[in-house]
Parts: sequence; structure tokens; C-alpha cells
Amino acid sequence: MITVTSARKDYGSFTALDDVSLDIPSGSLTALLGPSGSGKSTLLRAIAGLEELDSGTVTIEGRDVTDEPPQRRGIGFVFQHYAAFKHMTVRDNVAFGLTIRKRPKAETAKKVDELLEIVGLDGFQHRYPAQLSGGQRQRMALARALAVDPQVLLLDEPFGALDAKVRTDLRQWLRRLHDEVHVTTVLVTHDQEEALDVADRIAVLNKGRIEQVGDPVTLYERPANDFVMGFLGSVAHLGGQLVRPHDIALERDRATALALDAKVPDSPGVIDAVVERVVPLGFEVRVDLRADSGERFAAQITRRDAAELQLREGETIHARAVGRSSVVDHDPALAI
Amino acid sequence: MTSDTDQQRRGPHPETDAAPLPPRSGATAPDGIRPRGDDAPHGAGSGGAARRTRHGKGLRGLRRPLGIGIVTLWLSVIVLLPLAALTVAAFDEGLAGFWEAVTAPAALASLWVTVLVSAVVALINAVLGTLVAWVLVRDEFRGKRFVNAVIDLPFALPTIVASIVLLSLYGPNSPIGVELNATRWGLVVALLFVTLPFVVRSVQPVLIEADREVEEAAASLGATTWTTFRRIVLPTLAPAILSGTGLAFARAIGEYGSVVLIGGNIPRETQVASQYIQQQIEIDRPLNAAAVSVALLAIAFVTLLLLRVVSSRSQRREERDA
Repeated sequence: MITVTSARKDYGSFTALDDVSLDIPSGSLTALLGPSGSGKSTLLRAIAGLEELDSGTVTIEGRDVTDEPPQRRGIGFVFQHYAAFKHMTVRDNVAFGLTIRKRPKAETAKKVDELLEIVGLDGFQHRYPAQLSGGQRQRMALARALAVDPQVLLLDEPFGALDAKVRTDLRQWLRRLHDEVHVTTVLVTHDQEEALDVADRIAVLNKGRIEQVGDPVTLYERPANDFVMGFLGSVAHLGGQLVRPHDIALERDRATALALDAKVPDSPGVIDAVVERVVPLGFEVRVDLRADSGERFAAQITRRDAAELQLREGETIHARAVGRSSVVDHDPALAI
Repeated sequence: MTSDTDQQRRGPHPETDAAPLPPRSGATAPDGIRPRGDDAPHGAGSGGAARRTRHGKGLRGLRRPLGIGIVTLWLSVIVLLPLAALTVAAFDEGLAGFWEAVTAPAALASLWVTVLVSAVVALINAVLGTLVAWVLVRDEFRGKRFVNAVIDLPFALPTIVASIVLLSLYGPNSPIGVELNATRWGLVVALLFVTLPFVVRSVQPVLIEADREVEEAAASLGATTWTTFRRIVLPTLAPAILSGTGLAFARAIGEYGSVVLIGGNIPRETQVASQYIQQQIEIDRPLNAAAVSVALLAIAFVTLLLLRVVSSRSQRREERDA
């Protein structure tokens, strides 16, 4: 368990962490998710000891490490840009933590070979980082961090420098790795899809504060506020409320719409809107709409529903919220 | 013809060879920009050369021989010719004459003093120059820009002025009570003064470019500051330190102006090779002067050659296939 209590960090007039408290359960894979400048990296670096807090405490597995340097925190850290030791071979990179601890050579070699096999770099022992692709370098960095048997593994935008395809592959690989290795892992990302994909817990940060912590499903379906709602997926403004585009149903018949809407608690009501554009997106169809109030929003409906409705641009349709993903505690100040 | 060159331009660059890395080779010029000379009547002529230059494939056609010619001529006049003349003068009386001149006790002594003092100076520079560069890059303090500017001053100052300053400071009746006049330490101080910028200026840019995250990574793996410096930072800086040290050494062995006053010119004690050469000229022994000069030249040449080999080797290791 990692416990951060009342962490505060200012850079001049900029507040990176504003009284942040967070518990990260042992063995979990937790994502710190937020836009740039939200303080997520600062929080991770504070856990690592790479950043000193102005106030607050950090404990790792019950040990107060607030005043400990990174060397004595029992962490493994992976950087966005790999931070490879360029003058060392892959083997020496991975062995570094063990070599400086003066472990017996045979033990080190065995451990390194094991790790290289786990990260799929078997046979790359004698290469230099410059001879590896970005994805391979990052896997080497992971093996290097894991070599010292850290209590927690901290990853700072680990896939941020990779291209889209490699990024998706690598994060699923990370998920499988975590299921095997079970080390408490904290991952910083600004990519909600990545967080939803790999993490079993997500902490959403904004402006140096934690907006909500929970499992991906709760966060997506029961966001604590407009910010979380908006950050974890696309949103449509419907009658002054935020609704996921795929939670909007379109009806041809107004009476049907009203009847169905009555069953949904706290719904924004039925909105009459003009169809501006119908965009097929494969499995789903996006319908761009303009409400009578002039407000524009988009609904995402299945291909079959779209075929049934036979939507034509320019006609009026009746939109209602099916109301699954709605904000728990509506605060317009946080709306984005 | 246009389609032909377009083909050439796009031909070799599809994803295949740019796949692992973003295509930074910059080969894809926007389509609107047509390289000059496309409609030139002779594609392989000057127009062709211009086109290829634009694509980074090197000069071809007329310009390459011209450029090479000018550079060869220039280097010949400025460097090779004088060196050749010097060598000829040194071997005026054959190999035996050269050998006799170089191995004359006073000549050998002056060469020994030169190399010894220069080596000490180079070593001190390697350590302190690196430290100065480190402080200038990593630490924030008042007057940093001023200090940074001061580093180059010994280089810009005429060396004889340095000699006068040092003599008045460390000479007889030294105002600070340190008399180094006519001692080897006097030579060391004078040479340290004029070689100060070499290591600092070669290490500084490397340190600025150095990735701080690499050091943080080492720390997260348990490395102490000293271990991180020794095992991570130093190997990165080594080529720069080495080249700065080598340049300082090469400069030191040939230095005359700054040591001429403070050194005292005592044979076998503080007489350096350059002073010996000057002395031999004055007593009309040009052969001795030329022979010792060639010896100095050889030392400098070997130093620079060694540097080349070492630094290119470590560079190759880091950038192999990159």
C-alpha cells in the first residue's frame, strides 16, 4: 500500500499538488490520469522521491519514506523517454541495480536473463540501446526497474513517446506482465483510453487536486463531476446536462419519447433537435444535432437504430438521455 | 523529366527505411517546392548538383572537385608546407644529425620538462575543468554569467600579458607571498592560466545536453550520487573531457609567451622546449631548433591522433546503427 497524505507542492505561483491524499492498494495497477499540468507526474515523482514535497507525507508498505531519498524507497521508475544508459549494453542496463549492490555475478546474470525473457528481449543482451526500437528500449527500462525487486513500480507516461500501434500492444503487454509479477504499479497517463485499458484503479487529477478515485467502470458510468465525465470519454450537452453520446436515444415520435423519458430519473427531458449530419463510423453512426436552443450536440447510435430511424438531414427528431453515465454531483464550475 | 526527378525524390523514402524512427532525415520536401535545376538541359551538371545537395546526398559534379581543391590548397599553404619545410630543416644533416640534435642533453631535458609540466597541467585541467563546467551548468548562483564569460579571458588575452601579470603576482616580492618565479610550479600556473577554457568549453555543451532522467533512473535503482557520477555521467562526458584535455595538453607543450617570463629559462629545470628552440635560434643553431620542433610536432600529433581514436570509438559505441 502506498499512502500519500496531504501532499502539497508549489513551483513559484503554480500549485502542482494541492493537498492531495491518495491510497494505492498493494498489488494494484493504478493509473494517475489527468491533463498536462494536473500534477499527476509531480505526484508520481513525489512517491519516487525524485520530487520533494513542500508538505505532506508518503508511506510505502507502512514505512514513512517522506524524508528518504529515491535510493532507499524500494521503487522502480520508468521514464517516458526510456532514460537508457546509452554506453551500456542491454544486459548491463538491466543489471545496473544489482551490480551496484554488489550481488554475486552468477545471481545477477541469472536474474537478468530471466527478466530479459519476461520482457521479450532474449537474445538482445549484447546490443546497445541505440540498436533497439522505442518499444524495445522501454521494455528494457522495465526490466531494469524490475531487476531490483521494487516494492512499487512507477511509470511516468511510459508509452507516451511510442507510436499508436506499439503503444496499444505495449500497454496490453504491461497488463499481462502485471498479472504475472503482481508488483504494486502506478502509471501516469493523460490518455483516458490507456487508463481504462490497463488500470484496475484510476485516480483522476485536475489542477493539482484529485477529482475522483475508483475502478474504470465506476469512473466512466458514475463520474463525480463534469470534469471526470468529460475527461473519461466524449460528452454531449443535452438540456444543460452532460450525457455520453451513446447514452442518447433518438425517437421519431414525441409522445413515445416523453413516455420513455418519464422512467428515467433526473433526466434533462426530451429535446427537439434538427439533424445536421449523419456520419457512419463503422459499427456506430454519429448524428450531429442542433437543439431548438441553438446548442449543438452529437448522439451515437447503432447502425441498426439508424437504419430504423431513416434519418434525413434537416428533419427534426426527439432526443432523450438514456441516463446511464451521469454526473453524481453536478458542479457547473468544473464543466469543460 | 519532371516525373523522373519526382520519382527519384520520392523513390527511396517510403516507410521501409524510415519505419523504426520518425523520418527525421527530412527527405520529404513539400510537393510545391521543386528543386532548382529540374529543367536544366544537363541533369548531371550544376543543376543536378544543387538538387542533390538539397537532399543531403553530398555535392557532386563540378562543385566537389572545386571545394576539395580549395581546401587542399589552403591546408597545404597554411599547414602542410610549413611543416614540411620544418621537417626538411630538421633532417638537413640526415637522420644522424636529427637524432644528435634531439638527444642533446639540454634538448632532451627541455622536452622532458615540457611534457612533464604539460601532463600535470592537462590532468589538473581534466579534473577542475570538468568541475567548473559542472558548476556552470548545474548550479545557479549570482554572477554565473560573469564567471562564464571570464572563462574565455585567458584565451583572448595575449599570452605575454598573462606572463607579466603572473610574474608580478607570483614573481619576486610577490604581493601575496607566493614566489613561483623560475620554478616548475610557476610553469604549471602559467600554463593552467592559458589552458583554462579547453576542458570547460568542451564539457559544457555535453553536460547541457545530458539527459537528467538518466541520472534519476540511476538514483531510483539505488545508485548514490557518486556512483551515478562515476558510472553514468562520467562515461557520457569522457569523450569531451578527453578531447578538452588533449587540446589543453597540445596547447601547453607549444606554449611560449606565458612561460617566458615566469619560467626563468633555467636549463634542465624550467627551460621548456619552446624556450630551448628560441635559444638555439639566437645562437644560430637552426638545425637544433628545427629538430626539437619536429619532436614537439610529433608529440602533439600523436596526442591528437590518440584522442581521435578514443573518442570515435566511444562515439561509435553509443550511436551504432542509430
